Amino acid sequence: MSVGAPKIPVRVAEVVEVNALIKRFRFVRRDGGPMPVFSGGAHVVVDMDDHGTRRMNPYSLMSDPADTSGYEISVRRDDAGRGGSLFLHRHVTPGMDLVISSPVNLFPLDARARKHLMIAGGIGITPFLSQIAALSRLGGRFELHYSARTRDLAAYADDLTARHGDKVRLYLDDQGQAIDLNRLLQGQPLGTHLYVCGPKGMIGWVCRTAESLGWPKSAVHSEEFLAPPVGLPFQVQLATSGKTITVGPAQSLLEAIEAAGVDAPYLCRGGACGECETDVLGCDGQIAHNDHWLTDEQKVGNTKIMPCVSRFQGKTLILDR
Amino acid sequence: MGLEFNDETFRGDYTFRNSAKAIARFPFPFAEDSYMYSVNMEPHLPGRPGSVFEHMFDVDEHYVAEMRDRAQVLAEDPLRCQSLPHMTLAGWDLLELIMESKARDYPQWFSLTKDGNRWHWINRPLQIEQSFTFLDETTLPYGPMEYITRQTQGDFTLQDQRDDNLWIEAGMVTTQADWSLDFDIGMSFHEWHAPVPLAHEMRVFDRALKFLLNLQLGAPVRRFNWTMTVDPLLDTSPENYPKWGPSKTTMTPETIGHRQHLRVELQTLHRLPRSNAIVFPIRCYLIKFEELVTVPKWARRLHRVVRDIPDELATYKGFIRNKPLMLDYLSKYDDGAPTSPGIWPE
Ligand code: HEM
Ligand code: FES
Repeated sequence: MSVGAPKIPVRVAEVVEVNALIKRFRFVRRDGGPMPVFSGGAHVVVDMDDHGTRRMNPYSLMSDPADTSGYEISVRRDDAGRGGSLFLHRHVTPGMDLVISSPVNLFPLDARARKHLMIAGGIGITPFLSQIAALSRLGGRFELHYSARTRDLAAYADDLTARHGDKVRLYLDDQGQAIDLNRLLQGQPLGTHLYVCGPKGMIGWVCRTAESLGWPKSAVHSEEFLAPPVGLPFQVQLATSGKTITVGPAQSLLEAIEAAGVDAPYLCRGGACGECETDVLGCDGQIAHNDHWLTDEQKVGNTKIMPCVSRFQGKTLILDR
Repeated sequence: MGLEFNDETFRGDYTFRNSAKAIARFPFPFAEDSYMYSVNMEPHLPGRPGSVFEHMFDVDEHYVAEMRDRAQVLAEDPLRCQSLPHMTLAGWDLLELIMESKARDYPQWFSLTKDGNRWHWINRPLQIEQSFTFLDETTLPYGPMEYITRQTQGDFTLQDQRDDNLWIEAGMVTTQADWSLDFDIGMSFHEWHAPVPLAHEMRVFDRALKFLLNLQLGAPVRRFNWTMTVDPLLDTSPENYPKWGPSKTTMTPETIGHRQHLRVELQTLHRLPRSNAIVFPIRCYLIKFEELVTVPKWARRLHRVVRDIPDELATYKGFIRNKPLMLDYLSKYDDGAPTSPGIWPE
């Protein structure tokens, strides 16, 4: 999860059923202020309290990045998933309060591209919506190839074709339509960048095909969500100060140590500077080492921990603090 | 309000000086009596009132003179400001960040009013008033990065982020400690840091890069860097080395207090919203040795830092030749008393 970035307390302003599987949610700031501008392809992590279970799911922002009055996400109901989408579909209604992260972009457009070639599958359309809004404003050249199971499930397809005409091609599975990827990739001008977002299988297919046709790796981009570490609460014993503390789900270990009135060193609060390094005196369980400071050997050894970013799951963790 | 801008020069007759107030708020960079490279980054949160950390972009008594000096450097060498074509959007992000910060933090000097994309900017100290259309380059006399950094102290570089690396692809660099934008432009994080001794082996750059790739919108960080400069010359560039390099050889025990300066860079790093680029403002503060020793803790500590610094660092920073002269001068202000932790005067 984001380090040190301010979270945004939001209210659900609108919930729209886009089709049988997809709902769109609009968030506005609870204090009425503007949302931060973001870059096309960015996502936010929606923090949910699902009847006592904390869920943190990333969703691409699909609204126009320049629209600071609110953010929109589209969520496909995943009946087999971990439950974030089910919670949003079943329980989140207009007027409800939620907390979202500041926007983070792991799927940015390459600013040097002469042309942006986008391939979307199903709900993978969402990051492209914000990118296309940004490109339209700045006059960037793009082409979108969008495949969906049926016309009904091709969310936002009508709107996209109405606005962008033949820059958008739609492929419907139930009509036997499929992207002719080889031809598409071979006919691109120099300086084209390729972007793909959709089901895992599709991403693999597109990336492999591009590679076999000699596309440079740096010109092929795919959206991959690293599920943010879900913050389960855990207990820690602080040996030097003789305290036992509980680290809450929305709290870092460092914050919990500070909240207990124990002085702990820090600088970056992001796992890089080494300042907060703490000796582990006892560990019966698994430390989630989320830092860039400790070496791989140190991480395996479990004798050190960086409380600014790392967490614990297991029976006991005893620290020299 | 209450702050006058100095009429001073950073070249020729070198009339630059710090007022007592500027000395008291000088960003002394050493939190302890020794120095070594580290991943010294911390959140860039508003700090002590009156300190250089109080605001996002510090404006001080040298503002107007520094901007005049920048204009002179640019007139002689336009390549000090460059922006590859794809970095224009990041330039707008930077312009917005600076204008909004300054108008919020210094309403007596700067004002920004917006009517949609029609913006109106007033910079009273520099007597500039400009109406323009945000994101429309044709409505400004320069590109957005150049426009705003001609009005903002410190050097600036813009880094594009791609392929898990940062690429320095735009910048305004006229107050640098002996490095060149024209040489570095287009390089990646480890490439432009290649000349730095010891830090690579300490994995400073691996860790810093990983941290920066994750830098979040709205969560800027800061760090200090420092070096030594003879005479208060802002533009110590490799391009101009013949003009300033030889000055190191003419310093004497009589002139060192006045001519030798500690040069501190307050560097911040901010994620930019539309471009996803990172901006790296490098704000340079100069202080004469004779000014610095008026703060006893700083005098003691600087003596110890210079005395114990590894030769590799003193060589890289370009002061190994004058180190004995500096130690002679500073040792007179070090009685051996302990110093308190942290950077603030006692
Ligand atoms: C994207 C942001 C950054 C830029 C553009 C940048 C640029 C530079 C440049 C141009 C130099 C001079 C190299 C030369 O001799 O030619 C330098 C030096 C250095 N940089 Fe960075 N840097 C950045 C971030 C960082 C960070 C985050 C760290 C560490 C946490 C760091 C640590 C250093 C160190 C230790 C030196 C040597 C300075 C000295 O001893 O005077 N830099 N940097
Ligand atoms: S505070 Fe920097 S690594 Fe934890």
